[in-house]
Amino acid sequence: MLKKISTIPFKDTAEQAAKLDAVIAECTPDVSKLMHVMQEAQGIYGYLPFEVQQKIADGMKVPLEKVYGVATFYAQFALSPKGQYAISVCLGTACYVKGAQEILDELSAQLGIGAEECTADGRFSLTACRCIGACGLAPVMTVNDDVYGKITAADVAGILAKYKD
Amino acid sequence: MYRSHVLVCGGTGCTSSNSQKIIETMEAELKAKGLENEVQVIRTGCFGLCALGPIMIVYPEGCFYSEVKVEDVPEIVEEHLLKGRMVKRLLYTETVTPTEIKGLNDTNFYKTQNRVALKNCGVINPEDINEYIAYDGYQALAKCLTELTPEQVIQIVKDSGLRGRGGGGFPTGLKWSFTAANKADQKYVVCNADEGDPGAFMDRSVLEGDPHCIIEAMAICGYATGATEGYVYVRAEYPIAVARLQIAINQAKELGLLGKNIFNSGFDFDLHIKLGAGAFVCGEETALMTSIEGNRGEPRPRPPYPAVKGLFGKPTTENNVETFANIPAIIRKGADWFASMGTEKSKGTKVFALGGKIKNTGLVEVPMGTTLRDVIYEIGGGIPGGKAFKAAQTGGPSGGCIPASLMDTPIDYDNLTAIGCMMGSGGLIVMDEDNCMVDIAKFFLDFTVDESCGKCTPCRIGTKRLLEMLDKITEGKATLEDLDKLEELCHYIKENSLCGLGQTAPNPVLATLKFFREEYVAHVVDKKCPAGVCKKLLSFSIEADKCKGCTLCARKCPVGAISGAVKQAHSIDTSKCIKCGVCIDSCKFGAIIKK
Repeated sequence: MLKKISTIPFKDTAEQAAKLDAVIAECTPDVSKLMHVMQEAQGIYGYLPFEVQQKIADGMKVPLEKVYGVATFYAQFALSPKGQYAISVCLGTACYVKGAQEILDELSAQLGIGAEECTADGRFSLTACRCIGACGLAPVMTVNDDVYGKITAADVAGILAKYKD
Repeated sequence: MYRSHVLVCGGTGCTSSNSQKIIETMEAELKAKGLENEVQVIRTGCFGLCALGPIMIVYPEGCFYSEVKVEDVPEIVEEHLLKGRMVKRLLYTETVTPTEIKGLNDTNFYKTQNRVALKNCGVINPEDINEYIAYDGYQALAKCLTELTPEQVIQIVKDSGLRGRGGGGFPTGLKWSFTAANKADQKYVVCNADEGDPGAFMDRSVLEGDPHCIIEAMAICGYATGATEGYVYVRAEYPIAVARLQIAINQAKELGLLGKNIFNSGFDFDLHIKLGAGAFVCGEETALMTSIEGNRGEPRPRPPYPAVKGLFGKPTTENNVETFANIPAIIRKGADWFASMGTEKSKGTKVFALGGKIKNTGLVEVPMGTTLRDVIYEIGGGIPGGKAFKAAQTGGPSGGCIPASLMDTPIDYDNLTAIGCMMGSGGLIVMDEDNCMVDIAKFFLDFTVDESCGKCTPCRIGTKRLLEMLDKITEGKATLEDLDKLEELCHYIKENSLCGLGQTAPNPVLATLKFFREEYVAHVVDKKCPAGVCKKLLSFSIEADKCKGCTLCARKCPVGAISGAVKQAHSIDTSKCIKCGVCIDSCKFGAIIKK
């Protein structure tokens, strides 16, 4: 799948850098742990900027091409930062047949961004995700860790309002 | 000794509707009433009836509370647990009769189910190994290690007739015997918990509700095939399952049920969890192994098969979660017991995840050979809103659909294959008259285009071309000749793709073409979408005699396409209309029609 690559300049703190160094040191030289290191790195930074990929490649002594290859292969790895509130609409089959596409369209219209994008103020990002397995609640959307189930397009404005201030 | 046990579902569905908060509130309320040593609250795995979550069961009465809210908890504690009076308004309606309260197993949803793989889900606390042991846990492993030879174990699994539950349906015992026959310094057991089929969640529920059963089965497989190390490859989207599995592994290690010299038999077995990162193709066994090794999860050509050269180049047995979940019971109760359930060539039970347009969404486990009609109407409670059943989709993006005319087909591997469908992992999505089958085929193709790993050309480019043709059809730009081309391309992709993803990707198109060809023809020839889904083919209009001229729709229309004077019939300018449907939702008189 195509991924959006961030143009936002990379910044990190000494604390973040130290955490990543520790994870790399713990897993090197076992290259089968590359994905684990990348998952931890995404946990630390929220996404995988180019500079972080370079650091992992250097630390684990694997080509950058391999790190980038893995980052672009798996849906979970983000190359752009997420919003303060990451909105995810489940597009699994059970949700889709119950109108999840309409929910996504409505969110997209209200936020003025497409799927896999972030609003200019960095407040909301929107993702269409794979089945989260809460099919009994279909259609489902999540905002960070809050789950909203059995919703309609008409509920979208009310849900967004909760996160506007 | 507790006088009452409160079981609260802690599966993903109920957790999403706040069951964790219910447990916390209940514990606090019990403490406030001084009942904390009399009533025990247990967070279990999935009960299966996800539509009615959050679910709570109170024993010894066995009464079944559904759709419980945090606000209801004080009442349950005060009335039921303190004063002994059930809170009738929260009881699942089907369990209440004028004379008595029925138990869970007497309800339509549960009474025809036969739980083998889901035996402990919703019954035990998955985070306590002692509860698993109390329900015969680890007895099968003990029996294998102390009474049976590896060959005998494989023979029992072969005799049981168990076939792979991940979709392929390959005989499990045979698979084990291939790995066992290969000599190597290291062999592996891999559990495929990369449940990628959207709408299927049985593997997650087993891991969440009964993780020890998978550990036990993998150790048995290791003993039978000569492997000493195992990997469970789990989707990262399943945090609760991962956490419980990790707890279970730690507890098993503490008790010596994993590690060195298990049961003093000299057999060593260790288990690791590996997290996936969201790639559907990793459900394919060779791609999964490539991913565990830390690479892009691309499949490898077979042969060599994993039994010869699998994970890290060593002989490997790979089974899906539900397959493993059957193993301990087969060893404990014997091959004959298992083979007594099901049909001639498909033994045992199968778990289905019911979803879509069905009343009782959730997980059900029925003997192989049960008809779709029984699953949908008897257990599933039918279609909500009085709508007509149109089709059931099985096997996810690799599967097909079963139309109403074939509802009485006994569901097993071979019958489904015969009608051009596929068992798949067991996702069963019900669709009604409002779903467009061309749109559904397009939905799945959109999925496979996104998930195709790109290694082989037939899949990478072929599925993209299929999707473009479907787009053309749903936009009303296709000709009948395109339908033939569509079919031809489907067969080409099936025959030439490298792995299961590409080989099965055209199935949703082929199955809908086979059973709903007239719907494709309607899109192509009449330029109409009979179900009213494909936007480009819809036109909106207002029925003058029903319109009261309230102006609501005109005010709501985002593009100003509706005009008309107050108390006069309105009309829609179709050249401006963007077919968003806001007018239909706002009209109180049903005057707006789309067709």
